[in-house]
Amino acid sequence: MSLTRNAPPVLDIPEPRPPATPPKHKLWFYRFDTKRTPYVFISPFFLLFAVFGLFPIIFNGVVALRNWRLDDPDLNGWAGFANFERLVHDEDFWNALGNTFGIFILSTVPQLLIALMVANLLNRKLRGTTFWRVGVLLPYVTPVAASTLVFAVFFSRDNGMANWLLSLVGFNDMNNPLDWRAYKWSSWIAIATMVNWKWIGYNALLYLSAMQSIPKDVYEAAAVDGAGPWRQLWRITVPMIQPVLVFTVVLSSIGGLQLFNEPMLFEENPAAATGGSDSQWQTIAQLIYKVGWKDLDLGYAAAMSWALFLIILIVAGINAFLTNRLGGGRR
Amino acid sequence: MTTVTAPAPAPGKRRPREIGRAPQDTRGNWRTYLALTAFLLLSAFPLYWMFVIATSTDEAVSQTPPSVVPGNQLMTNLREVFTMQDVYFTASLINSFIVAAVVTVSTLFFCSLAGFAFAKLRFKGRDPLMIVVILTLTVPNQLGVVALYILMGKLGWNGTLLAVIAPFLVSAFGVFYMRQFIMHAVPDELVESARMDGALTLRVYWSIIVPAIRPALAVLGLLTFVATWNEFQWPLITLNGTEFPTSMVALSDLASGNYVIYRRVLAGAFMATLPLLVLLVMGGRQIVRGIMEGAVKS
Repeated sequence: MSLTRNAPPVLDIPEPRPPATPPKHKLWFYRFDTKRTPYVFISPFFLLFAVFGLFPIIFNGVVALRNWRLDDPDLNGWAGFANFERLVHDEDFWNALGNTFGIFILSTVPQLLIALMVANLLNRKLRGTTFWRVGVLLPYVTPVAASTLVFAVFFSRDNGMANWLLSLVGFNDMNNPLDWRAYKWSSWIAIATMVNWKWIGYNALLYLSAMQSIPKDVYEAAAVDGAGPWRQLWRITVPMIQPVLVFTVVLSSIGGLQLFNEPMLFEENPAAATGGSDSQWQTIAQLIYKVGWKDLDLGYAAAMSWALFLIILIVAGINAFLTNRLGGGRR
Repeated sequence: MTTVTAPAPAPGKRRPREIGRAPQDTRGNWRTYLALTAFLLLSAFPLYWMFVIATSTDEAVSQTPPSVVPGNQLMTNLREVFTMQDVYFTASLINSFIVAAVVTVSTLFFCSLAGFAFAKLRFKGRDPLMIVVILTLTVPNQLGVVALYILMGKLGWNGTLLAVIAPFLVSAFGVFYMRQFIMHAVPDELVESARMDGALTLRVYWSIIVPAIRPALAVLGLLTFVATWNEFQWPLITLNGTEFPTSMVALSDLASGNYVIYRRVLAGAFMATLPLLVLLVMGGRQIVRGIMEGAVKS
C-alpha cells in the first residue's frame, strides 16, 4: 500500500475555537459520540449480513428438514431426514457429483499451473507492465453469460470452430464431426476450457503480487549453485508464495464446486437446466436449481445445498492441507 | 546486498549476469514477450469472435471455415435485438445499470464507514468483530439461495430489482479492503487533532477520511461494479419470468428456445460486455491494483 500523495486536507475549523470547558450537555454529547458512533458505523454490514447472508444459510437447514413445495403450499410440515435419505439414493445427485468433480479437476489443475507460468512471465522486467497486467484481465471482466455463449458456438457440432481447428491438425473429420455436447469427456473439456479461460489471468495477478514481495537476496543465494530460471521458479518462488497458493486452491475449490453459469448456458436451451440430453455435464449447483425451480421442490433443493456445503468444507480442507504439505516439504 | 560471484558457466550457456538476479530484475527476452502475446491473444479471442459473429450474417456464421473477419451487419443485428417482442433488451441493460450503480454506491459508503471505524476508532470488541467480518468472507453465500428466495418471497420482493440489490449492499471484502487502506493512508494524528478541535466522528469521516481514500474508492468501486454487473445465478432465480430482468438474464432468455439465432444472441452479449470493456480500458490500472492488493500477503 502506498501512502497517498495528497496533502492532508485543510480543516476549516470555525474560529474562535470552542472554549476549554464546553457546556455540560455538549460534553455528554461528545462522550456519546465517541462511545456509540463506531457501532453505528459498522452496524450496516452486520445487519445486512445477518439478514441476507447468515439467516438464509441457517434457515436453509430448517427448510431442508421440511416439505416445502412451490406448487403445493399446503404440503408442509416436518419431513425429518426424508430429504437427505432421498438424496443418498438419488442417482441424479451422484451423477451431478461426479460431473462437478470431473469438471473441477479439469478446470482447476491446469488453471493454477498456467496462472503460475503467466505470473512468472509477468514477474520479469517488462516494457508496458500495466498493459500486460490489464490485458490478462480481459476474461475476468467479461460476463460469464456473454463468454459462455461464444464458447457454445465455438464448440458446436456442425461448422463449429473447435471441430474445424481439430480437423486442421487431423484429429477430426469434418464429415463426421465431434458432438461436444454428446459425451461426458468432451462436454467436461468444453466447460473446463471456459472456466480456465476466465480465471487464469486473475490467479496470475494474485501470484504475481506474492512473487513481488519475495526478498531479492533469496535469489542471490540460488546463484551459488547456479540455478537457472526454471529451477529458481520451482525451488524458490513456489515455496515462497505458498500461502497464496493455498489461498487460490481454497478459493478455486469453493468456486469450482459451485459451478453454475457455464454448464447452464452451454445447454442448447438454457431454460431446461438439465445439463445435456442425459445430464452428461449437470453440476450440483445446476441440479439444485432444477430441483428447486423447475421441479418446484424447495425442501429437497435445500437439502442438496447443505450436502454441497459439507462437501465443499471437506474438499477445501483437504486441498488446503495438501497444498501446505507440498510446499512445506520443500523448505 | 551482497554480490555473489557465480561459478563461471560453461561457454555458450547462460550469461553470468543473469545468475543471482531476482526475476523482477531480469529483463524479459523475446521468448517472454512471445509467450505473453500468445496468452493475450487467447484471452482476447473469444471477445473478438463475439464481435465478429455480432457483425455477421447467418451465412457467415455457419460457413466452414468459420469467418474471423467482422462483417457489416452490426446495426441490423442490434436493431433486431433491441426490437424483439419477448425480450426487452434495452430495459434489461438499464436495469443492469441501476442495480450495479446502486450496489456500488452503497458498498462504497457502508464499507468505508465500517472500514474507518475498524481502522481508526477505539471501541469494545473491535478486533473480535473484525475477525467475524473476515470469517464471513469464507461463507459460500450461494448455498443459502433456497432460503433467500423464500425470504424474498415473504418480503414480496421476488421479481423486483430490490431482490437483486439488497443482498449486495455491503460486502465483507469491501470492509476489509477499506480498513487496510485507511490504516496506512490516514495518520492517527490527523484524526486525533480533529477530535481535539471538537469535530464529531461523522465530520471526521467526511472531511478527513473521504478525501484521503479516493484511490481506494475507485478500486473498490470498479471491482464491485464489475462483479454486480456479471451476477447471473441469483438474478436468474429471483427474476425468473419477469418482463424486465437484468441483462445477464435477458441474454439467457435470448439463447433459450428451440431456434436460436446466434448472430442476434452475440450482438446482445456484445452490448452487455461493452460497458465492462470501457471500464477496463479506463480503470484497468485500478482493477489490477485491487486484485493484487486483495491478495493475502503472508
